[in-house]
Amino acid sequence: MSVIAETVRPHHTLWGDAFTRLKRNRVALAGGIIILLVALGAIIVPFVSPYKFDQQDLNVVLHSPSHGHLMGTDGLGRDVFTRLFYGARTSLMVGVFAQVICLLIGLPIGAFSAYASQRVDNLIMRFVDVVFAFPDLLLIILIRAILGGSIYMIFLAIGLVSWVNIARLVRGQILSLKQRDFATAARAMGGSSTYITLRHLLPNSLGPVIVYVTFGIPRAIFAEAALSYIGIGIKPPTPSWGTMIANGYENIFAAPYLVLIPAVAVGVLMLAFTFLGDGLRDALDPRLRR
Amino acid sequence: MLKYSIRRFFWIILVLVAVSFITFSLMHLVPGGPWDRQKELAPQVIENLNKKYGLDQPFFVQFGHYLWNLLHGDLGLSYTHQDRGVTEIILQGLPKTATLGITAFLIALLIGLPLGMAAAVKQNSIIDYISVFFSTVFASIPGFVLGIFLVLVFSVSLHLLPTGGWGSVRQVIMPAVALAALPAAYIARVTRASMLEVLRQDYIRTARAKGLPERLVLLRHTLRNALIPVITITGPELAFLITGSFVIENLFSIPGVGRLFVQGVSNRDYGLIMGTTIFYAFAVAIANYVVDILYAVVDPRIRYD
Repeated sequence: MSVIAETVRPHHTLWGDAFTRLKRNRVALAGGIIILLVALGAIIVPFVSPYKFDQQDLNVVLHSPSHGHLMGTDGLGRDVFTRLFYGARTSLMVGVFAQVICLLIGLPIGAFSAYASQRVDNLIMRFVDVVFAFPDLLLIILIRAILGGSIYMIFLAIGLVSWVNIARLVRGQILSLKQRDFATAARAMGGSSTYITLRHLLPNSLGPVIVYVTFGIPRAIFAEAALSYIGIGIKPPTPSWGTMIANGYENIFAAPYLVLIPAVAVGVLMLAFTFLGDGLRDALDPRLRR
Repeated sequence: MLKYSIRRFFWIILVLVAVSFITFSLMHLVPGGPWDRQKELAPQVIENLNKKYGLDQPFFVQFGHYLWNLLHGDLGLSYTHQDRGVTEIILQGLPKTATLGITAFLIALLIGLPLGMAAAVKQNSIIDYISVFFSTVFASIPGFVLGIFLVLVFSVSLHLLPTGGWGSVRQVIMPAVALAALPAAYIARVTRASMLEVLRQDYIRTARAKGLPERLVLLRHTLRNALIPVITITGPELAFLITGSFVIENLFSIPGVGRLFVQGVSNRDYGLIMGTTIFYAFAVAIANYVVDILYAVVDPRIRYD
């Protein structure tokens, strides 16, 4: 067994190859590391920070960064460093869960549409077109108005608007994969269309979907930050980078760091996801495969 | 061509009706009526208000009325500005939003096109890398974050520009640049990709082989063909500008339509929210229609679809 294993060409899987390629892409790697660090900070902040995110100390209002408060304090004497990482929790949660909801709605509908009769497919795609006609932030705001302001409802509002992209993508993928030889072979061997879709077509269309989701996360993060910034997103005292920017803006001349820090955080996290997404796209693109 | 535009036109009408219906239904799903304020209103008052705004009618009758008024350019009544209709309120904010949007769009074109072209012509050069870097960064950093950086530099540190307001040219610069960044990055990306695609075509090789000066090859043969995809993204760009304007108008205290919409949401003014949403969706749909037609004009292949 071991002799054979040594003489056989090393086993390559799509995902293994993609990971090797991703590791070679330094920019994407940097993006991934930044995301991991932010996520780590967001997870451990309650255990390492001596302050609570809503702990006010009116003796240290608007103190600039110092030893006691690494990033200073805000207009209510709250520790900015602590709030920043609690805000990262909000951002990452919105980014990830909104995409999970997108996937839960978009994948089945896209796959169903690709296999449905012409008429049903047409109906679904026309509905998708109508949802596309709305500027997405607008529709998110409308749905949020119905669902209320809890953080879960914000995931849902973003998911309910953005699933159309995934549905369209999956439908296109499956329609083109359906024509490939391996799908014909599976059909010839008597596989049902549900089986072929679940076993062959969906897994093969995952590459572009993963890339799309990676780009969808920063869009959801932006949507939440923008909503919270204009005062219709996350409700205080839950820290969100958007509300931190809005509150900081009131003191922009006295304490510019209060708005600078969360603004930089939003920018850096969104860039990190874009870099990772670009890297994933290059890594998963079969045309580049050697 | 005519058949194509007519077919698209009917489709657009259908989309607009569907969009109005969705918005209308969503607004009816909002828990608590529009009169749900901190102060409790007497039942008689609510009844009268419902009568005034037609809320005592069945759902489809209300929707029918709304569509009928829409056909006459009447977007309904605002629930907080008692004396003015939504159309009037939007028309008041529109010049500011339009000025800002058009300025931003021009800036985006002026930056995006040359940047994308230069990057494609000098592929893999330092210019290309700078262009790709800028388009990646500005495509991912939200406009309001950029706006904040601009305020920090030009207002807080250098005291060169006002932090907000409306009325003078100096007040337009920062919001327009902040709004332009995303579409500029987008235009640069698409221009670069489509120029590279066109440069690979046989007819470009032919043009060079017959000894045309490079300038003519680029302007007459490459750019004209490469611009087609750039035209098609104008529709999505309008959507970017609108989405961006919600936040940018708030950041720079510009009393435009975007700010009105946000105020409407904060005040739970459903009449105003519905009106602005439909107005925006119409603007995007009509822009997409115009782009579709333009697309078919510049690229005859589309018509035979």
